Amino acid sequence: MEKEQLNGLNAIELKGINKSFGSVVANKNIDLTVRKGEILALLGENGSGKTTLMNMLSGIYRPDSGSVFVYGQEVHIYTPQDALNLGIGMIHQHYKLVDNLSAAENIVLGTKTKKQSMSQLAKNIEQLSLHFGLNIDPNKKIYDMSVSEKQTVEIVKVLYRGAKILVLDEPTAVLTPQESKKLFAIITKMKEEGNSIIIITHKLNEVMEVSDRVSVLRKGECVATVETKKSSAEQLTELMVGRAVDLSIERPETFKSDPVLEIVRLGVRNDEGVEMLKDVNFDLRSGEILGVAGVAGSGQKELCEALAGLQKVEKGAILYYKENIVGRTPDEIIRLGISMSFVPEDRLGMGLVASMGMTDNMLLKTYKQSRGGFVKRSPARLKAKALIERLDIITPGTETPVSKLSGGNVQKVLLGREIESQPNVLITAYPVRGLDINSAYTIYDLLNEQKMKGVAILFIGEDLDVLLELCDRIMVLYDGQVQDILQADQVTKEQIGLLMTGQKPRELKEVR
Amino acid sequence: MDLNYLISFIYAVIVAGTPLLLATLGEIITQKAGNLNLGVEGMMYIGVASGFAVAYYTKNPIFFILAAILSGALAAFLYALLTVTLKANQTVTGLALSIFGTGFANFVGETITNTSPTRTAVLDGKLMSYFKPINIPLLSDLPILGRLLFQYNIFVYLAVLIALVTGYFLFNDIRGLNLRAVGENAAAADASGIDVFKYKYLAICFGGALSGLAGAYISVITAGGTWTANSVSGLGWISVALVIFAGWNPYKAIFGSAIFGALRVLRFYLPRQSFNLPNSLYGALPFLVTALVIIFTSIFNSKEIQQPAGCGVNYDREER
Ligand SMILES: Nc1ncnc2c1ncn2[C@@H]1O[C@H](COP(=O)(O)OP(=O)(O)O)[C@@H](O)[C@H]1O
Ligand SMILES: [Mg+2]
Repeated sequence: MEKEQLNGLNAIELKGINKSFGSVVANKNIDLTVRKGEILALLGENGSGKTTLMNMLSGIYRPDSGSVFVYGQEVHIYTPQDALNLGIGMIHQHYKLVDNLSAAENIVLGTKTKKQSMSQLAKNIEQLSLHFGLNIDPNKKIYDMSVSEKQTVEIVKVLYRGAKILVLDEPTAVLTPQESKKLFAIITKMKEEGNSIIIITHKLNEVMEVSDRVSVLRKGECVATVETKKSSAEQLTELMVGRAVDLSIERPETFKSDPVLEIVRLGVRNDEGVEMLKDVNFDLRSGEILGVAGVAGSGQKELCEALAGLQKVEKGAILYYKENIVGRTPDEIIRLGISMSFVPEDRLGMGLVASMGMTDNMLLKTYKQSRGGFVKRSPARLKAKALIERLDIITPGTETPVSKLSGGNVQKVLLGREIESQPNVLITAYPVRGLDINSAYTIYDLLNEQKMKGVAILFIGEDLDVLLELCDRIMVLYDGQVQDILQADQVTKEQIGLLMTGQKPRELKEVR
Repeated sequence: MDLNYLISFIYAVIVAGTPLLLATLGEIITQKAGNLNLGVEGMMYIGVASGFAVAYYTKNPIFFILAAILSGALAAFLYALLTVTLKANQTVTGLALSIFGTGFANFVGETITNTSPTRTAVLDGKLMSYFKPINIPLLSDLPILGRLLFQYNIFVYLAVLIALVTGYFLFNDIRGLNLRAVGENAAAADASGIDVFKYKYLAICFGGALSGLAGAYISVITAGGTWTANSVSGLGWISVALVIFAGWNPYKAIFGSAIFGALRVLRFYLPRQSFNLPNSLYGALPFLVTALVIIFTSIFNSKEIQQPAGCGVNYDREER
């Protein structure tokens, strides 16, 4: 009797779920409960099986064994349609939208909506959006949208289907802090209306802020479920990693030489002719990490690409040991010892070939140096093996296509390969995007290790706390211009935040 | 140039373009579901042979049409089984289908002609009479317009009707929207609750049915009811090119097939003395034009007129 009542409270109950892919056990005997009207955070390192578990709720995968209960009823979810019929909607980490259709078309896709005029549909969508405080242009094509707009479409899409149980897979990995705030307001409102939400995120502050309970996965097993209020970031990290982790980031002292790289009055226009960098001046010394802060789209990507020779420079110079390298090909720049890794917003596609294994991806950067017409694979394979060891990359082998690895592991491969080429200058953009705490700290350690070897590092980041702790100096970009360059140990997060929104340093002083 | 000459040119263009239109419409729908079926040529041959054989032995026009349509659809079903369910490579499967279809037609045709006392196979005259140019009292007798609009065989009107219906379906019906989503991004369509497999199977079989119908056309119109070896002779390949030329748009396919039809009959209507080009060059014209179209579309890189993004890639839900 009592048990039945409890069941009535649960939106979802998973019992003894198992799932393997070939020899990889992704989920092992998992029990998980989501109550009505709560936000459950799902926490776990990259590759711990969070996405796999949620994909079984949304009908993408089928469990090998185990049972699923929705509102107390045992169900079998064979297809995404089954999940939608049960009121389960999932917002996937890589959005599942049709690029050349409009928002409205994506939203009605696959629904039983009787043919209605597009304007009527647009009205319905507007109503729905208004209710949750969402902002959406029904007629805009997906390919014209920013990531956060795309996410909004995904959210409206599941709401339109009447989802009562919402699964969000790393929704904030690609959002700005402001956009994340908005998202949390929406899901909190949904929760207050009695819906249930499962959210996967690696950002512990978000977990603490928004969730009611937290379930932690480790290596495919559910190791604990705790009340958020009775827990702490430290405890959660320990549960996740399996041992205590020091959450402070080191900033080792190093000897800093003359500038290795001097950027002088750099100006860049994008393909549409819009000025993306204006009169950018800064220098980068060996043995230092120069952080770059800025709202997304302030010129970070263009800066990286200009330095790597991928973007046409319109004005100014890039001096590498006093020699101007503007106009050199990317290949020449790599050989000079300048290495760039960029993790794009969708975290796919840039720098690695998804269908190739680690060995071949290592070869991509070095095959030109081998003599004769043949490529030697064995040294590359050894390097790949070494990387797997050093960075704890979880993969069945060096020849497994990197698309099969979990997101965090892919990023470790990307950055690891750049470091393997022993560069003098390392440019890295968003290297910890979407990474779990432990992997992120592995990356920070890696960067510090390079710094102590005397490498000059340009670190383009999102998380201001990390920038402040890790970097020696911080450069703030706003609208393609350098607002200021500051000593990291002499500024506060608020000051950088202000600079990022375009306030001038002088105004800043007055504030102070 | 005198008017009668022009009118008979246009008439010939439409008659030559109709089988292209039918096969192209089928391939557009197939590709919109994300499958590149290079078996059009083969499926047309299968339609030609099955239709001809059934017409030859039953003398029944309905059975003739049904045989052509169903055999085309069956061939497409095999292609769907291999690519959609068994995830075989689409290009290889399509090419194999084309090779098989050609051989199948030769086999059937030779068997029929060899068993016939006259060593030729000709279809029943009564059956053929169903596919003569139509004759609507008054309308067909109008000067100029009558010949331009109201004197074609029924296939022509049927083909245009199918084009209009498929166009409407694709762009105005929610199932058409679903179909486009399947071809663009099968994973997204799947996650939206669309039955990707059902859509793919239906679209591919529809494509085969239209290729089969185009085969029926070739039997009774192009070949005039007499068994002719190699009667399809590349029309299937031109249709595949025409899909690109038409920008995956059934409405534009109507005009595209007229243009390609014109390219096919051009050599009979251009005065020999001023344009003395080798015949094979005329045969190559449709492909030359398609190459130009591909070059232009990639220069302007329109986001709207593109091959469906998922075309050629098999979908597996658990794959990532
Ligand atoms: N479709 C798939 N094919 C093969 N392996 C997969 C597939 N999906 C997930 N895996 C493997 O299962 C494990 C768990 O992955 P995933 O659920 O994505 O982890 P998380 O979301 O926690 O980062 C990983 O080792 C991953 O490589
Ligand atoms: Mg994941």
